[in-house]
Amino acid sequence: MARWSYPRPPSSEITPRGVWLSRRRLLAGATLGMAAGAGPRAFAAALHTRPGPFQAAETPTPLQDVTHYNNFYEFGLDKTDPSTRSGQFRPRPWTVSVEGLVAHPRVWDIDALIAAMPLEERLYRMRCVEAWSMVIPWDGFPLASLLALAEPLGSARYVAFESVVRPAEMPGQTGGLDSLAWPYVEGLRLDEAMHPLTLLAVGLYGETLPNQNGAPLRLVVPWKYGFKGIKSITRIRLVEKMPPTTWNQMNPAEYGFFANVNPDVDHPRWSQASERVIGAGGFFGGGRKKTLMFNGYGAQVAGLYGTMNLRSFY
Amino acid sequence: MPRLTGAGRTRTLLPWRGETMVLMALGLLPAALYFWYGAHDRLGPDPVNVFELWLGLWAVRFLLAALLVTPLRVVSGISLLRYRRMLGLLAFWYALMHVSVYVALDQQGNLAVLWHDITRRPFLMLGFAAFMLLLPLAFTSNNWSIRRLGRRWGRLHRLVYGVAVLVAVHFLLAFKTYNATSVSYAAALMAMVAWRAVSGVRARIGRAGP
Repeated sequence: MARWSYPRPPSSEITPRGVWLSRRRLLAGATLGMAAGAGPRAFAAALHTRPGPFQAAETPTPLQDVTHYNNFYEFGLDKTDPSTRSGQFRPRPWTVSVEGLVAHPRVWDIDALIAAMPLEERLYRMRCVEAWSMVIPWDGFPLASLLALAEPLGSARYVAFESVVRPAEMPGQTGGLDSLAWPYVEGLRLDEAMHPLTLLAVGLYGETLPNQNGAPLRLVVPWKYGFKGIKSITRIRLVEKMPPTTWNQMNPAEYGFFANVNPDVDHPRWSQASERVIGAGGFFGGGRKKTLMFNGYGAQVAGLYGTMNLRSFY
Repeated sequence: MPRLTGAGRTRTLLPWRGETMVLMALGLLPAALYFWYGAHDRLGPDPVNVFELWLGLWAVRFLLAALLVTPLRVVSGISLLRYRRMLGLLAFWYALMHVSVYVALDQQGNLAVLWHDITRRPFLMLGFAAFMLLLPLAFTSNNWSIRRLGRRWGRLHRLVYGVAVLVAVHFLLAFKTYNATSVSYAAALMAMVAWRAVSGVRARIGRAGP
């Protein structure tokens, strides 16, 4: 079937980025009075970022799909809820504390943190536990860099993450039958947290994170199922014991602490052997492919698990 | 809209003889439209999943509508009895499309995967069993079968309450959490089953006499 492609304008007709950014600032100034009604992209800003390591070979999922097909139960159950119901969420001002078993605990202002960390763009595969996948160009820095500044103590074995609770801004947090326990919490073993693949993302596609993708700061662990990637992080705590994690507490038989992508260990209700490729284009876009062990990052991370039985520690 | 009453002959929604055929076609039209959208990449980023779940939801809705016909007549006197066969068949057609999309588009006809899934996952076993039970009901939803089977036809079609129970659990399991949608549909289906069980017992007591 012939594909219609978007006509590319000659480069002379493309507005330089600096110019449209300044227009955007002008508009933002003009509408300051209506700031309360500003949409989810109100805080979008370009990030200074350079290409980093671990670039996936796959084609990136279109920005429209990355920002309009989301699981973020704080805003609702449907995939479209995060993009349509996150307009009231304020990702600035924001602080994130690094605390617990560290030599230098600190409460970071998000913009001070972004200024302190060299940002890298990393094209990662993202595999959801629901058996679909995307390929996303994240902008961020390794979690290891932030932890190094805090200097974990010898007794620290795990990292516990905590997200935000703001029922007034997050309609999915106002209770009800379908509600998870808030705040959303996640955790990693310290060696997983220190792995160079583990990223704290502050943006995607070169701009600050949209609200629906976990603004202003989220975790990205590409060899684990997507739900490990806790969004809108407020607290990072180094601890001695394995911390509780939200989905594991909700249904321990279906969601483990490790949640490594594993085609051989099925979810009780569906197979994890293959995945639907998001944005592949219609029923006949060929949108299903085989799932790879550790989401294709085995060469980098298999060593973390040695002889551990990944069937019991799913 | 014409008034539909239980007393005397039920009047019809449309003034033609082929009324139910027309309504059936109308009921199937959204599925055709949705299919066209999906084939042309107009069902969003995850089109197969959207279509599969949408077909399942409508199968549940038509099943529930078919089960509501008798309680509605008893409680309010409004009889939609002449539409019950159509509602049941629409539930079957949507279930058939739901299963077909799962087999052909979602799993892309991979028989090994399908066999592995259906023999292992209670979620899928329940759904598949419900579909299997629907088959004899759909095949015998015609006047010829009613005449041919006589009293056995009624007994056979009581299977629909088994389908309702299976579908209720399958539907609950289709969501990651219990939520307003899944719980209310499952509860409504179970209420129909409970209603039938209670009225069945009462009828038996009535027959037994004082």
